[in-house]
Amino acid sequence: MSNEEKGAWVYLVVVLGTYGAYLAVILGRAGGVPLARVAYVAPMLWIIGISIVLTTVGRVVVEIAKPSGDRRSDVRDKDVHRFGGYVGGMVLAVAMAVPFGLAMAKADPFWIANAMYAAFVVWALASTLGRLVAYRRGL
Amino acid sequence: MGKPTKVLNSIRALRFAHGEMTQAELAAEVGVTRQTIIAIEQGRYSPSLEMAFEIARVFNVTLDEVFQYPAEA
Repeated sequence: MSNEEKGAWVYLVVVLGTYGAYLAVILGRAGGVPLARVAYVAPMLWIIGISIVLTTVGRVVVEIAKPSGDRRSDVRDKDVHRFGGYVGGMVLAVAMAVPFGLAMAKADPFWIANAMYAAFVVWALASTLGRLVAYRRGL
Repeated sequence: MGKPTKVLNSIRALRFAHGEMTQAELAAEVGVTRQTIIAIEQGRYSPSLEMAFEIARVFNVTLDEVFQYPAEA
């Protein structure tokens, strides 16, 4: 497994884990209160920051646990990355229709912000899964 | 799901004919990772024309001795 493919796996796990943690925090805070009244800004910013740190730390830990023979990325990695970006871009274009619609309908900022965050999570999952499929099955 | 490319190659045979060259050695000669050589050998990645020429040059053979594109049956 190449260094870049390992990085894609780490990113996938981090995105799923941090978004799951965010949802758990928000739903835990709700406790009978309408969701739109839950204080979401600080948990969202913390989770985004933590996910950035975990992605970096995770790559280092995986590299220490299972060193790659070659840490360089090459032309195939760039092609795979481009393919993942293409898949993710298409998914993001569709997913962003939800917060766009919520904003036009003057929905509560809670729902708009969370729909945007969910759209970016879906984008991250789609682009990373696209990369992993390209690595595993080929381009 | 079938292989994403119809291009066949003889890289594995050529490596063995050239002193049992390893995938890592070929990768170093071409300037890519070993995983890329594995993917090309297994038909999971079509190299660029430039990389194809570089691979052929390593073995000192012509391009169509390394890569083949069989006609549709």
